[in-house]
Amino acid sequence: MKSMVRGLLLVLSVCAVTFFLVSKSPIDPLQANVGQAALGAMSEEQIAQLEQYWGMDQTGIEGFLAWIKDLVRGRLGVSLLYRQPVTEVIGERLKNSLFLMMSAWLISGLLGFFLGGIAGANAGKWQDKLIRGYALLTAGTPAYWIGLLLLLVFGVWLGWFPIGFGAPIGAAAQEVTMLQRLHHAVLPTLALSITGTSSIVLHTREKMAEVMGQDFVIYALARGEGKRKILFDHGFRNILLPAVTLQFASVGEILGGSILIEQVFSYPGLGQAAVNAGLGSDFPLLMAIAAMSGLLIFCGNLTANLLYRMIDPRMRRGGGAI
Amino acid sequence: MKIRNGNRRKRIWLSLGLLLLLLVLLLAAGAVSEENALVSDFTQVNQPPSIEHIFGTDWLGRDMLARTLRGLFLSILLGAGTAAASAGIALICGILAAMSKWADGVILYLIDLVLGIPHLLLLILISLALGRGFRGVAVGILLTHWPSLARVIRGEILQLKESPYIWTSQKLGKSRLWIALHHMVPNVLPQFLTGMVLLFPHAILHESSVTFLGFGLSAEQPAIGILLSESMRYLILGNWWPALFPGILLVAVVLSFQYIGEKLRLFADPAGAHR
Repeated sequence: MKSMVRGLLLVLSVCAVTFFLVSKSPIDPLQANVGQAALGAMSEEQIAQLEQYWGMDQTGIEGFLAWIKDLVRGRLGVSLLYRQPVTEVIGERLKNSLFLMMSAWLISGLLGFFLGGIAGANAGKWQDKLIRGYALLTAGTPAYWIGLLLLLVFGVWLGWFPIGFGAPIGAAAQEVTMLQRLHHAVLPTLALSITGTSSIVLHTREKMAEVMGQDFVIYALARGEGKRKILFDHGFRNILLPAVTLQFASVGEILGGSILIEQVFSYPGLGQAAVNAGLGSDFPLLMAIAAMSGLLIFCGNLTANLLYRMIDPRMRRGGGAI
Repeated sequence: MKIRNGNRRKRIWLSLGLLLLLLVLLLAAGAVSEENALVSDFTQVNQPPSIEHIFGTDWLGRDMLARTLRGLFLSILLGAGTAAASAGIALICGILAAMSKWADGVILYLIDLVLGIPHLLLLILISLALGRGFRGVAVGILLTHWPSLARVIRGEILQLKESPYIWTSQKLGKSRLWIALHHMVPNVLPQFLTGMVLLFPHAILHESSVTFLGFGLSAEQPAIGILLSESMRYLILGNWWPALFPGILLVAVVLSFQYIGEKLRLFADPAGAHR
């Protein structure tokens, strides 16, 4: 309970920081969106009206409190760029993004876990070197460049996958089939999965190598148990816990990666909306996305804590508080 | 046994020296290629790699090799500068956290706060708050990269605090600041230095990412992020060279910084001294 309150306070501070940063920005959304000439032709009253419409008249602590109040009520204002309520824009985008992020998160988690486990169990051998090399290489490669390479090879040269967007160009939204959507999501998912694996591989490898050197593993070996059996009975069970925690705590990284990947593939998701909102000075949308990602990270951490107790019975006995 | 160990140590030093030499050469090449990186030649637009232009040319006929070198120059300088400053923040935070309970709470909260927003989003927000451009990225990286290192230094110092010689020093009447500067800082210095080197690749990667998205260095500057985002427009035509070469060199630079950091950590770790 205590950590829950702490976490919510944290989300609130995240919102505060976001609001502060955005309101400090010297870029004027009115000028960016309406244009100098149009502004010049308007009367003072019209400008004031526009400012109020876009929520620019409120700054400082008062503005923040008003924004939080609206946020809690679910009134996030109107997106300047898309001319739609922010909630609608986010809802639409979240659907696309969530699919992308969830599948990349699952793939990178499972793949990273098993690759890391294999590397750790064979520490020092060629499998280990290969997998570790792969993880280090992807850790040092910018996510968007991986996306570019995939696009180049599979999109342009081989032509297996479309070169961008979430659906075929020119098709009406109702006509787009699930298969077409999936087809468009393959490359972005792949790129995001590749960038997400490295940290979990390296982490799992260390833990697995540690476990495989423990006495109970040596005893199992001495009993004559097969290597595969030991790996599954002793190895993976012992490293599951930290790996799950790490994966839930890495929600933020996947979110950050999705911003880059969606930009490369022009994928109509939340990340692309964030970039457009930033470049187009669409501050209501940007703030809402930042607040939401803070909430998502908080949920990730909370789930990690809860799962920890579910998987490890010792934690349940330990304390009532999470 | 001894001879082999000595060789390994020497081999690592040798590889480190070679890498540093390469990086210095890269920097020197970047420093002199400023003009070439910006000169456009419209008779040589979108040329694939040839002997004249090893990396090909871009949509304005600019030599990609010169642009890539210049971009790496900018990236390395910006990355190194911001990473060093960020490491400085981490050191100060770590020491402050160890000196008083109150400051410890505040700093732990700040760490959680910075980690509570996706890194890239926070960078975008900070960059926007400063009106984008060089200042935006630099301050952004500066303010977002210290938490992990601060955590390490804090943990290290908390451990030190319980050691007898610190107690003795306290009983001798030394002030907390004196102890921090004379006993604690020298002790965490190796961790601090390797941590700083390991921040470089992160800083470089994030700088290029933010620039790629359009919140970083301005489009006139041949930063790697700019090169790659420009290359995207010509990718569909099958122009692979503006996307491939800058990326490869960027990855090479990042990996060599990672390598240097890892090896330095090996040397800084007293437990591995016998190896």
